[in-house]
Amino acid sequence: MDTRSNYQIFMDGIIADNTIFKLAISLCPAIAVTSALKNGVMMGVAVMFVQTMVNLTISLMRNFIHPRIRIPIFMLVISAWVTVTDLAMAAFARDVYAEMGLYVQLIVAFASILAHAETFASKNTAIPSVVDGFGMGMGFLFALSCISFFRELLGKGTVWGFEIVSFKPMLLMILPAGGFLTVGVLMAFFNWIGMRFYGGKPAGH
Amino acid sequence: METFNHLFQLFISASLINNFVFTMFLGLCIFFGVSKKMETAVGMSITFTAVMVISAAISWVVWTYVMVPLSLTFLKIIVFIGVVAAFVQAADTIMRKTSPDLYYKLGVYLALIATNCIILAVPIINAGEGYTFTESVVFALGSGMGFGLAMIIMASIREKLELARVPGPFKGMPMAFVTASLIALAFTGFSGLISAH
Repeated sequence: MDTRSNYQIFMDGIIADNTIFKLAISLCPAIAVTSALKNGVMMGVAVMFVQTMVNLTISLMRNFIHPRIRIPIFMLVISAWVTVTDLAMAAFARDVYAEMGLYVQLIVAFASILAHAETFASKNTAIPSVVDGFGMGMGFLFALSCISFFRELLGKGTVWGFEIVSFKPMLLMILPAGGFLTVGVLMAFFNWIGMRFYGGKPAGH
Repeated sequence: METFNHLFQLFISASLINNFVFTMFLGLCIFFGVSKKMETAVGMSITFTAVMVISAAISWVVWTYVMVPLSLTFLKIIVFIGVVAAFVQAADTIMRKTSPDLYYKLGVYLALIATNCIILAVPIINAGEGYTFTESVVFALGSGMGFGLAMIIMASIREKLELARVPGPFKGMPMAFVTASLIALAFTGFSGLISAH
């Protein structure tokens, strides 16, 4: 059992264990779909839904899963929920799905979802597991929103499709190179905040 | 000759123009996590290419002869991940018994592969594009080679980067991202290589 309070679990998911900026895993969509804020937010919501539902399912099933076959079972549960998300998005958000369908399907290979099913949901009751999944998902959503906000604003001069400045300040930012650059700079920025105000360690160590 | 041209174009486009790492952003966890040493990067790319080609071939057979005739295409995520995981597990067991030397060198990477997005992406893209068997295998080979190229470039830069003086907050991961950004900028130059595509 985890001894932290629900609030603490939630906040750790967003800040201390932030998937992108602190753990530096599940990076593929963080760069691939973040050239527009709308896509980034949709991707974040999809991941949050999958992670919460997977944690809930695993925590409810945890007493019936034999430890030796747990990983294949986790994969099966994750891919089932990803299929649900994939089909739902293909039906209700067609314009977004056309651009990032492949990456929605690849949520199934997210290290953070499998890791939390294994380390958290399979050892805790339903409520903390849902809180943990929701917190990690919110952290991911927050990271994707930050990255895509800056990329869209600097690359296209728009936010959520609305024109903010009438010119395109840096076309580089919506190119692949800009994605890597934004993640690197934002990660360094959050490192700097952590080191300057909280005396924390840099990410990726 | 025409077919060969077509396959060669597919190979170049998969490895350079649509490079998995720098244009499609797949396999980034591995790309940033395991590119600190040249030796690991080379071992990783060889294992990845082999697994990608073979699992693309197996998945193509499953997709064309089982899933399409039975209208089970909506289950492709579950089926492909099962096929890939089963194949990797089998390769792991067979390699341990038949060639322990090779297993000692590459076996560690096999364990990491089972659920990696870059391996899973190949069958999904093949199915989506409706490639034939030969096209699928060539596409997988090209993608694997492109991934290997990216890994080797990155590893050779990062070995030097260890000695560089980097500002505090940029140490480690962030600097690797900025480096990758510059390489990606160079790879943008490949985008006009094949005009009719």
